[in-house]
Amino acid sequence: MRATPLIPLDALDTGECGTICTLPDNPELRRRLTALGLIPGTKITVVNISPAGDPKAYFFRGSLIALRHKDAQKILIKNRWAVEQ
Amino acid sequence: MSIDTKKQYRIFSAVLAGNPNVGKSTVFNALTGMKQHTGNWPGKTVVTAEGHFRYKDSEFVLTDLPGTYSLNADSPDEEAAKEAILYGHPDCIIVVADASSLERNLNLILHILEISSKAVVCLNLIDEAHKKKIIPDSRKLSLMLGVPVITAAARSGKGLDKLTAAAYGVACGSIKTTEVKNNYGTDTETAADTIINALPEGLNSKRFISLELLNKQNRTEFLEKNNILFTPELKNAIEKADKILSEYDDIEYIRSQTIVKRSEEIYNACVYLENKSYNKRDRSIDKIMTSKRTGIPIMLLLLAIVFYITIVGANYPSQWLAQLFVLVEDKLRELFSMWNANEFISRIFIDGMVGTLGSVVSVMLPPMAVFFPLFSLLEDSGYLPRVAFNLDKYFYRSGTHGKQALTMMMGFGCNACGITGCRIIETERERRIAALTNNFSPCNGRFPTLIAIISAFLVCGIPSPLRSFAGAAMLVGVIILSIFISLAISKLLSLTILKGEPSSLVLELPPYRRPQFFRTIVRSLADKTLSVLGRAVIVAIPAGIIISLLANTFISGKSIISYVTNFIDPFAQIIGLDGVLLTAFILGFPANEIVLPIALMIYLSNGTMTDYESLEQLHSILTANGWTTITAICAMIFTVMHFPCSTACLTFYKETKSIKWTIAAFLLPTLCGIICCLLVNTICHCLMILL
Ligand SMILES: Nc1nc2c(ncn2[C@@H]2O[C@H](COP(=O)(O)OP(=O)(O)OP(=O)(O)O)[C@@H](O)[C@H]2O)c(=O)[nH]1
Ligand SMILES: [Mg+2]
Repeated sequence: MRATPLIPLDALDTGECGTICTLPDNPELRRRLTALGLIPGTKITVVNISPAGDPKAYFFRGSLIALRHKDAQKILIKNRWAVEQ
Repeated sequence: MSIDTKKQYRIFSAVLAGNPNVGKSTVFNALTGMKQHTGNWPGKTVVTAEGHFRYKDSEFVLTDLPGTYSLNADSPDEEAAKEAILYGHPDCIIVVADASSLERNLNLILHILEISSKAVVCLNLIDEAHKKKIIPDSRKLSLMLGVPVITAAARSGKGLDKLTAAAYGVACGSIKTTEVKNNYGTDTETAADTIINALPEGLNSKRFISLELLNKQNRTEFLEKNNILFTPELKNAIEKADKILSEYDDIEYIRSQTIVKRSEEIYNACVYLENKSYNKRDRSIDKIMTSKRTGIPIMLLLLAIVFYITIVGANYPSQWLAQLFVLVEDKLRELFSMWNANEFISRIFIDGMVGTLGSVVSVMLPPMAVFFPLFSLLEDSGYLPRVAFNLDKYFYRSGTHGKQALTMMMGFGCNACGITGCRIIETERERRIAALTNNFSPCNGRFPTLIAIISAFLVCGIPSPLRSFAGAAMLVGVIILSIFISLAISKLLSLTILKGEPSSLVLELPPYRRPQFFRTIVRSLADKTLSVLGRAVIVAIPAGIIISLLANTFISGKSIISYVTNFIDPFAQIIGLDGVLLTAFILGFPANEIVLPIALMIYLSNGTMTDYESLEQLHSILTANGWTTITAICAMIFTVMHFPCSTACLTFYKETKSIKWTIAAFLLPTLCGIICCLLVNTICHCLMILL
């Protein structure tokens, strides 16, 4: 299989999905995300974007979590696809 | 467990743990009959609360904990929860979980069960889960977790009797529970086993302790808190374990990843989704509430509606109450003259005490009694976190935490609550900024002042059907201004004395919930009305008496109070106020609710009129005392920006334990208010001269 390039999470647009590949290095942020169930392999969807463009609301494992651009940038994902609305 | 020898029943301790916003406080209230505040957003409870309930031959001491996603504790509220779970050694841990998002909740459940299997899982919000066609299999879940699992709907009390029975069974040992064992891989397991063997005999939850000890960071602290001796044998074992794990850099991370995977397994095995797109409704509401085009306008519109209802709804009760008090005062006057009472006494008693009490009750109470239930309804619906989501970028730009938006909104209810609420913020720097700027949100005790000034002064020329609209719009303007100032000062602080980068934000946006209209309204109405009346009695009566004493005691032809007001009048004039008003602000330090009533009483004691029954009369009293539109505007600015009330100051001190910062919290808004009033006053006067 051809290796797909990794892209930062915040590059996704509303309605797009991805699979988490790496979490940020910052241990505190990583811990907080893991506690919510975000680990490599988790499927994540962008659901909403704040009126000002940042933060975005991400849906994974049954909850909706807002992340700032600055933090989402450090989360890398592979295979991006669009969900049917 | 302990036994109360006098009463002959056993006493068990239990804690309510769980993710934020899963209904812990609701369960707590239902079991203990207490009135902890609840609300549909993560972080409502920040301080632990204790209550009691009886079951069979025993009494439970139940502790309501702040919600937490993990036991790693980043913020002070989570720290409190972690302490209680880890070191409190309760007889039973009741882990409350949200049945409609069980997968996330399972992470914490598995973490907690690793510490102690003396636990019960309460699958709360089962009504919502069923509505979304999410069907959890509690029997299977109980088998997989090794502890009782009880489904419940705490708000309607469903399932709570089973919960208490299970908690009792676990606490007294009649229900046997089994430990869960998450498999962390051979290396970690061998390392953990090495340590287990070196731990002293008779210690509980050895496996958990040894796993924690694999983490290099806070070993000594962990041993100390658990009262474990650091024997040479243990030291040896830990070194051996470290060697086994030398290739892994973050054992914590491995553990939590394993737990997440295990949660996924359990979730897939125990929960059936009959409708895969169960959250469609929430998504469509969110599309409107947080979209680029409609997000902000809807926020302002909702705010305007809340204010409109407050102004209109408070108007009539306000008039009735004012008339009632006038009636009472007249009757009292008749009585007094029948008894040939001294003129001085009757002035102190009727104009001072009853008059001040009357204006607190008639002017201040009605808007508060309408605003507060409305605010609670918004809070219960789940809209507040959306506001934080919409405004976050501005907070980010100001170098602060996104949750500051939440504490700011709590400030609209009460600044002291807002300041305590800052515990949800993880870093000290951002917490301090949030607390320092909280006072820029005009609290429930200040809204009525703003409403009275707006209604009596700024919109009184507008024909009546439009008047309330204009008033609501003006109030929205005041709120926008206060948010703007709050952001500007936050920015200033994060560029100067509280320098730093904004930390990361991970904010859960909970599902929308239909609030319980009737119950919320009745409860917040009753609570608020009673507490305001209480405060009115405690503060307004003595204040009324003292000030009317000062206003009716004359030294060389002038009353004592006029010496004071005249003394500060020149300064007050510079910032667009007058001596009486500034005196009232200072005397209103114990409670903002009494500022306007005190000012009115002093004005009235100077003039011929002794009462007012309507806004028109209020208007004429104020104009007779030299108020202009500029005075009204400056008074409003100063209402939004002046020193926090005594309760807020005290809370600030309790939270920071620092006199220096408390003084800063006192001076910061005061200086801002003085500067803004000065600017507005000067500019307006210059314009008037020019035109
Ligand atoms: N429909 C429904 N709503 C509930 C139920 N239990 C609680 N709620 C609502 O859920 C929201 C959160 O309840 P709280 O009791 O404040 O939750 P908490 O776990 O104490 O939250 P934190 O203090 O933030 O950790 C409130 O709006 C409650 O009215 C329930 O069984 N059914
Ligand atoms: Mg709570």
